[in-house]
Formats: sequence, structure tokens, C-alpha cells
Amino acid sequence: MRQARFEKPDFYRSGTVYQLLPFQFMDFGLGRKLVVNEVGEHLILSNAEFQAFVSHGLDQACDTYLDLKTKHFLYDSESKVPFDLLSIKYRTKRAFLAGFTKLHIFVVSLRCEHSCPYCQVSRVSTDKARYDMSPETASRALDLVFRSPAPEVKIEFQGGEPLLNFERIRQIVEEAETRGAASRKSLEFVVCSNLTLLNDEILGYLQTHNVLVSTSLDGPAFLHNANRPRAGNNSHELAVRGIRRVREALGEEKVSALMTTTRLSLQHPHEIINEYISNGFHSVFLRPISPYGFAVKTARSTGYRIEEFVEFYKRALDYILKLNREGTYFVELYARLLLTRILTPFPTGYVDLQSPAGAGIGVAVYNYDGDVYATDESRMLAEMEDKQFRLGSVHGDSYEEIFGNELLRTIVASSCVESMPGCADCAFQAFCGADSIHNYGTQGDIVGHRPTSDFHKRNFELIKHLLTLYHSDSTIQRIFWSWVQDAPLGQLTEGVPQ
Amino acid sequence: MKLYSLGTTAAVPKAIIGRITTAGIAPGQAREDHILFLKEAPPPADTDGYAAVLTTQGGAPWADHVPVVHSLTGVDYLADGDVVRIDPNGYVRTLYRRQSPNNFILTTDQCNSYCLMCSQPPKRVNDFYRLAEHIRLVDLMDPETKELVITGGEPTLLKDGFLRLIQHCKEKLPGTALHVLTNGRLFYYRRFAEALGAIGHPDLMLGIPVYSDVDSAHDYVVQAKGAFEQTVTGLHNLARHDVAVEIRVVLHALTYRRLPQTAEFIARNFPFAAQVALMGMEMVGFVHKNMAELWIDPHDYQKELAEATWFLFRSGLNVKIYNHQLCVLDRLLWPFACRSISDWKNIYLDTCDPCLARDRCGGFFESAAKKHSDYIKPLLDLKAPHNAGVAVA
Repeated sequence: MRQARFEKPDFYRSGTVYQLLPFQFMDFGLGRKLVVNEVGEHLILSNAEFQAFVSHGLDQACDTYLDLKTKHFLYDSESKVPFDLLSIKYRTKRAFLAGFTKLHIFVVSLRCEHSCPYCQVSRVSTDKARYDMSPETASRALDLVFRSPAPEVKIEFQGGEPLLNFERIRQIVEEAETRGAASRKSLEFVVCSNLTLLNDEILGYLQTHNVLVSTSLDGPAFLHNANRPRAGNNSHELAVRGIRRVREALGEEKVSALMTTTRLSLQHPHEIINEYISNGFHSVFLRPISPYGFAVKTARSTGYRIEEFVEFYKRALDYILKLNREGTYFVELYARLLLTRILTPFPTGYVDLQSPAGAGIGVAVYNYDGDVYATDESRMLAEMEDKQFRLGSVHGDSYEEIFGNELLRTIVASSCVESMPGCADCAFQAFCGADSIHNYGTQGDIVGHRPTSDFHKRNFELIKHLLTLYHSDSTIQRIFWSWVQDAPLGQLTEGVPQ
Repeated sequence: MKLYSLGTTAAVPKAIIGRITTAGIAPGQAREDHILFLKEAPPPADTDGYAAVLTTQGGAPWADHVPVVHSLTGVDYLADGDVVRIDPNGYVRTLYRRQSPNNFILTTDQCNSYCLMCSQPPKRVNDFYRLAEHIRLVDLMDPETKELVITGGEPTLLKDGFLRLIQHCKEKLPGTALHVLTNGRLFYYRRFAEALGAIGHPDLMLGIPVYSDVDSAHDYVVQAKGAFEQTVTGLHNLARHDVAVEIRVVLHALTYRRLPQTAEFIARNFPFAAQVALMGMEMVGFVHKNMAELWIDPHDYQKELAEATWFLFRSGLNVKIYNHQLCVLDRLLWPFACRSISDWKNIYLDTCDPCLARDRCGGFFESAAKKHSDYIKPLLDLKAPHNAGVAVA
């Protein structure tokens, strides 16, 4: 219309010198640098390319230049597009913050009939009256839950063994359902149980009220029972039977399991994964021990250096990848979380690894006695006589006093990886997060000291390992994508819709 | 496929649009919307009130009180429910075919881009007045119509007229899926995107091209400086206002090389896209002027196409491959291939006759008869792998 002839390519080039956009970088071995921008897009450059890039000398026609430009590591015109896209992607990545506290943990009883040496919460065996949540405490805690602006609320029952106070679970579920309908919040319930007390009545109730079940499975019998002693030495048998019964009654996807890695576990990665597969699971979450509760006292027998955990994790992941290659769809869930952050533009809230930390703003814990804590770990510390992270009590403190608490503001302000020493210039910043309570519990300070932090070491090594694997092998790329999409590999190749 | 005929008019002082009926309509049943089509049938006693009468017979002295086109030849394609426009010069053009899945409204011949491979080069004409005709056409369409394409030129140049047309479709064709082919540039203006979203059409999708992850490369292909900025911003404005978008990439020598990076750019920046279409080039219009710069045998970009397709698919996007023949497409990509070419310009070559995949294959644009891949061949054994070495799945 405006023109009757075609212009040449040069007409459309800006011809401006380029400027850098914010990014982090690190040495990535083999003469390469990893660069990651604030929205988690990454590139691997040769050292020479990197040098040329940062000294504003990169050839504007080469593919590396174009890659850096279209992933928004640099800009070369007056167009606002790079900034618009970056801000949209940044907002998207942080969308998990919207809605405020979504996970609400109810410690309905501190009692437990197991006596696990790695127990993070220092369970007790007696005194029902003292260590069970009262009806009034439960009701008042629900008042706070429904003050949360989150449109979707997850209520998790923990302990001790929560089924020991099943009456309270019923009360909370039913009261929450009534209030949920009135407030138009959608609700999800999860009970975290060792399943030893499971019976038909409980199963029927869980089914009627659509309560999900999360249990512990540490590995085959010898390992599980060693980790999780109880009278009769049959924790494994009861857990496996419980898993089967929940599946049959509630459905395949209604039960999940968590494993805790002890010193004994370190020697048995294959056996642990095989145990998960033989019990019908398609995933495992390889979790290190939490340094709280009894775990601190028994660290000498159950604990290990974080390097040993990382080694264990890599061996287990290798084995899992081998299984996937051979056609068994099986996911390591922590890897999925990190890979989703690395490979997709989507937000991933995970209260134990986000920035700012999830304490209080992503999760709140209502203890059996009505005390409110910022995280599960906070109440674990409290059971160790350190009530540093007690936000208040359902008896006497208002929602504003608890969730507007100065301490909580301090935690949020001190847990942004963008400004934390050692994190602020880390290339993995966009994939990582902070855990102030963990820092405090292990290092005595909520900001923490990165060079000696096990939390840092674990996440740094795992992220680096996943990135290295992803860029080493196209089959691994396919497997990782299948985990991110939660679709077996076959569905991501031949099984596409016709 | 021929969709126009020439006859001799009588009493047609201006263009007439109407719906074809062969059986006739009882008086009082909106005859004024209908055009009576008499093939070999003798003239009915009563032609009063029809918008016009069409006949293959030479002359129609019995119909001196209604507009007539007589002596029509080659009109076998006309069927009940079709909508045609009669011009005073005797042309009868089909605007809508009730039995076809490929109906479209060509809103305007004007465009604010000037794409190197445009299949329908824009014209410098003032044709916005045709909006009334488009609205009338929508009135006459069968509400059972499954899909309608709104195209151009650039339909959004009608601005308020474009919004009116979409609103009108929503009212008159509530069950018809609308697919708008636009460059999306005007949605750079947020209020325009907001106004389109506010119409709340139940089944609307905008097909918007993004030719490269690199702004200057896109701007060059569409021959418009700043188009990339407008389209990218437009896509986000549409997403903000809940308008579904399809991202379209036409593959040619200027776009194939960075196709994998373009795919990643799309997955990262437009994860909300309802679908992504990777499209073979139609060999008409401006393509001929720019052939030397645009042509690449599709066989030679299979690696990039496969890489991009798998990346988009793994990223969870609904990816489709349009306008590609199965014999040049990697076997693993077949499930993504759609029979996307509109029936009226869809052909197969003689070479294709013995091919066992012919029924699944989208075939060619009519225009590909003269220029197509050198690797077209009938597939005689569907079990045999082919294009080996290309797959990156």
C-alpha cells in the first residue's frame, strides 16, 4: 500500500550498538560460560563469545548474538519489546506469590506410635489431653485460614500421627467444607500419615470427603523398618498394606509417598527406587534429612555430610534415567521442580525453595496448642525449645497480628535471593530460593552463610547436575521434558494426537 | 475449483446478494433473501418477490418483473443454501457454500504489511464500504456453519467495522467457530484488544504470524518497520483480554534457519497460544516476485522443522504442520500434519495416484502444480521408514 517495491534487509536493522540486560553467569567447564537472565532463560557460551559479548564486541550478525538478543540478554533498539516481555515473564515466574498463604498445616496431635530416630518434630508417646489439638483451637485456626486471600486453600494434617486424633480431622474437614462453600474458596485436604491406624471407617471418610493421603516409604523392609522403628518392627508391612488399601478405596492418584534419606539409605539408591516402582508409584522425592527435632540428637547415627547426599542423589538419578530409557516412566520430583524452573516460563511455588521464602506467605502451621508458626520447620524448632518463629497464637492474636507480624516481614525481606549475600550474583538465582528457617536452624542466622551452607550446596550441585545432564544428551532432554509435562515419553513421541 | 460464472443480466442495476434456492420459497417466507436458481427446470408460474432468478436457459422473458441472469454456463457447483453475489455485468460469484468446511469472508484487500510471500497481495483500494455486504452475508449464512474464516488483506483495518462484524457473527452465527487471519499489529493498541475481548465471542481464534524470534528478520519478511513490536505486544494484549490466538509461521528460505529458536521464543513468550501452525508456503502472489530469495525445497528444512515441532510439542503447545506433503515430511511428524488446504484450492499430482498415504495427506495448493519439492513421490510401503536421519524425536 505505502510502497510498490520491497526494501532490503538492512532497512529493517536498527544499526544501534547493543546494551546488556541483567543476567548472572558462571564458569560451566570445558571453556564455557553459563549465562542466565532474571526470568530463568539460559545459554551456554564459549569463553571467547562471552568475552566478546560483555565487552560489547559481539558480531551482530552471528547466531550467538541473535540468541542473546531473543532470550533478552541484550537489546539493540529503542523498542520496548524486550522490557515488556521481560516484565511479563518476571511477573509470570513470580505468580506463585499471588493469593498469599495457600498451604495451611494443622498439627492435630503430636503423639505418635512410631519412634523414628530421624523424627523432625520430636513426637511424644503419651498425654492425649496435652498433645492433641482441641476443638476450639481447630475452629480458631480455621478462622485464620479463611482470612487468607488465597482462592485455593490446601489444608494438610500432620503430627505426630494425625490419625490418632481423627475426630479433630473430621471436625476441621467438615467445618472447612461449610465455610469453603460460603467463601467460595476451593479446598484440598491432605493427611500425612504412616497409615498404621488405617481402618475401613477412616477410608470411607477420606473417600467421601476427597482427602488425599501422603505417607512415608523409605525403601524396602530392611531399610524402612530400620529408619522407622515401632513396636513389632512392621512399619514397612503396614505402610505397604496401607498404600494398597488407599489406592483400592480412593483411586490410583490419591496416595503419594515421601522418602527420607538416612545414612543407611545412602548405600541403597536402586533398592529404594525399585521399592517405589513395585508399590505402583511413578515418582519419588529424594529428600535429605531435616536437621530438626530428634534428627539433631541422632545425627551421629542417621546423619551424613551433604556431599554424601548429593552423591546418593546423582546415583539414584542415574538409575532413574536408565529406567526411563528402558521404557519405565518414573519421575524424581525435586528434579521435576527444578527442571520446570529451568525449562519453562511457568511459576512454581514450593515453600521450601522459593524467593522470597514461603514462610508465612506460602505456608502457615497451626500447632496442636494453637501456636502459629511460619513453617513446619519453625514448629520443629519450637519443640526444641526455640520459639523464635512463633508468629502468634490462635488464642488471642488476630490475623493481622499474626500475618502482619514484624518477624514475618523480616523473614520475607531477608529471603530474596536477589539480595542475599552469595545468592545475589549466583547464576542459579532464577532457579533457586531461600529458606530462612533452615538457615537459622543450621547456622543460627536467617540470612545464613552460603559457603558453609548445606542448603546451598545441595541446590547448587543439583541444579548444576541437571543442567549438565540436559545439555549432554538428547535422550535425557526428552526424558526431562516428559517429567516437566508429566507425560510418559511414548506420549511425547509416537503417541501424539492424530 | 471454479466459483464464479458469467451470464447475461436483465434488470440488475446494482449488485444483488442472496441465498440460492432451487426448490423455491413460498410467498411470505423471506423470498427477498433468496435467489431462485432454475437449472433445466421450466420457469415457475410465480417468481414474484425473489431477489433474483438465475437460469441456464437463453433468455427469460417470463420474468420481466425480477432481476434475472440467464444464459449461465458451468453453474453445477451452485447448491441450495449457498450465497452468491450478482453483479450488473453478469458475473455470479459464490460468497458462501453451505456444504463446504472452508468458508471465508474477504473483508478488505488493503493491508498495512507487504509480506514478501503474500499469497494475496494487497491493493490500494477503498473497499471499506463492503462491510455492509459482509454483514449481509453473515445474515444469509446457515447458522449450522461449523467454521468461518475472516481474512483479507488485513481485517482489523476496518477497526470498528471489524468489531461490528465479529459482534454480528456472535449474534447471527453463535455456533460458528470464527478464525480471523490477521497480522495482529493493531492490537498493539490495548483498547482495541479490550474491545474485541469485550464482545465475548464464544469460539473465536486469531491466527497471527510470527516469522522470526529476531525483530528485524520479522520486519523484513512483512516489509514493515516496527511490525514485530506491534505484533508481539498485540499478542500479549489479546491474551490479557482472553482472546485465543494461534501463532503461524510460514516456512521459507528466510525463516527456516532460526525455526528452532523461533519455536523456543514462542514457547517462552507466548505460552498462552492455543495453537502453533508451522506452514508450508503457498506459491502465489508475491512469492513469484521474490522466488529466488524465498524458495527452499521443504525436503531441505526437515531437520529444523522436526526440531521446532518437537520443542513446541514438549513445551505443551498444540503444534500443527500445515501445507506439507507426507512424502517430504519425516514419518514421526505425520501425526502433526493437518489437511489444512481449503477444498477449493487443494490438489494432488498425478504422481500421487498410487500413493498409499494419499487419503491422509493434505496434498498441494493448486499453485504448487508448477513448483513443488523435488522429493514428491508416491509412498508404496507405509511401514518402511523414510527420511531417516532427520528425526530428532
